[in-house]
Amino acid sequence: MCVTCGCGVGQTLIGGHALRQSKRAGGTLKFRAPQAIEPLPAVEPAEIQPSRMIKIERDILAKNNDYAAENRRMLVDHGVFALNLVSSPGSGKTTLLVKTITALNGELPLAVIEGDQQTENDAERIRAAGAPAIQINTGRGCHLEALMVGQAMHRLNLSDDSLLLIENVGNLVCPASFDLGEAHKVVILSVTEGEDKPLKYPDMFRAADLMILNKCDLLPYLEFDADLAIEYARRINPDLQVIRLSATSGVGMAEWLEWITAGCQRMSRQA
Amino acid sequence: MHEMSLAENVLRLIEDSARTQQFKRVRSVVLEIGKLSSVEPDAMRFCFDAVVADSIAQGARLDIIETCGQGWCASCQCNVPVAARYDPCPLCGAYQISITQGDAMRVKELEVE
Repeated sequence: MCVTCGCGVGQTLIGGHALRQSKRAGGTLKFRAPQAIEPLPAVEPAEIQPSRMIKIERDILAKNNDYAAENRRMLVDHGVFALNLVSSPGSGKTTLLVKTITALNGELPLAVIEGDQQTENDAERIRAAGAPAIQINTGRGCHLEALMVGQAMHRLNLSDDSLLLIENVGNLVCPASFDLGEAHKVVILSVTEGEDKPLKYPDMFRAADLMILNKCDLLPYLEFDADLAIEYARRINPDLQVIRLSATSGVGMAEWLEWITAGCQRMSRQA
Repeated sequence: MHEMSLAENVLRLIEDSARTQQFKRVRSVVLEIGKLSSVEPDAMRFCFDAVVADSIAQGARLDIIETCGQGWCASCQCNVPVAARYDPCPLCGAYQISITQGDAMRVKELEVE
């Protein structure tokens, strides 16, 4: 298990089915049990094999990036506009998705991939709102990876010229590094968090193209300085677009839906 | 951050290389980890040992070359040292430094037999 954030492997489920580690034999992670220290056996000189050096010079995330490129090709071929929604836990991602699905009211074909460590709860909320959804349970993993999303996309049977919303695991650190093949990362910051979150977790705000400042209906009851939060976010990423929104009151929803519709039109094969 | 996943990705690159380069065992793995890459070398060592158990790289030595951060400051028109990503320029205090070195996380080379 990762000593920093507790992420691990071997427990990922996509719609209840195990993730196929197609590129790797085995797949279960084994930890070595502590053993009593014994003297090492003497090594006969004859057993030493000649060694050679091999240059690799590849980015550690190269495999994930390959899978992401495959996903992106498939999405572009089918005109699917895919968004990777990232935030801390509790920022209101799932509520925003439910309200988005309700507001679009079937005008735009859409599907949702839900990422959480455990439970089908979020996928069930999405299905109840009327959209097809598949849940990826990452087990000990703290983020979605392109291989998981690719397999989930195949199970969803995406329509051509549609919208794909991917709700990443609630985590402002790890999902920043893992490209899933999406058109944009959308970071959601709620006003019940601190204004300085963009400075504390800069990678995520740098990786995103749009920030949704959510729960704005609560601003009168809080000391949160929305302008300061936006200034911090743009210090990290000067090109970041921002929408002030409340999924509960509906403020800003029109702007968000316009942003989505414009993206879908750009991506559409008929465009 | 996510060193377990990264260690898994390292193993996949090693296994790919074993198929194309025909080797049976890995003696050592050299990684380049930039100080701005948000990878903790100690966490990476811990995860690497766990991930490569029962693989072609079981027992392999992990060498991590840490590279320092450097960036180009557009207002000073020169390269400056960068201790942490998104820090201001140490010379003029401006933000918006483009990182030129120290954000890599690469598998550089393998010693194999």
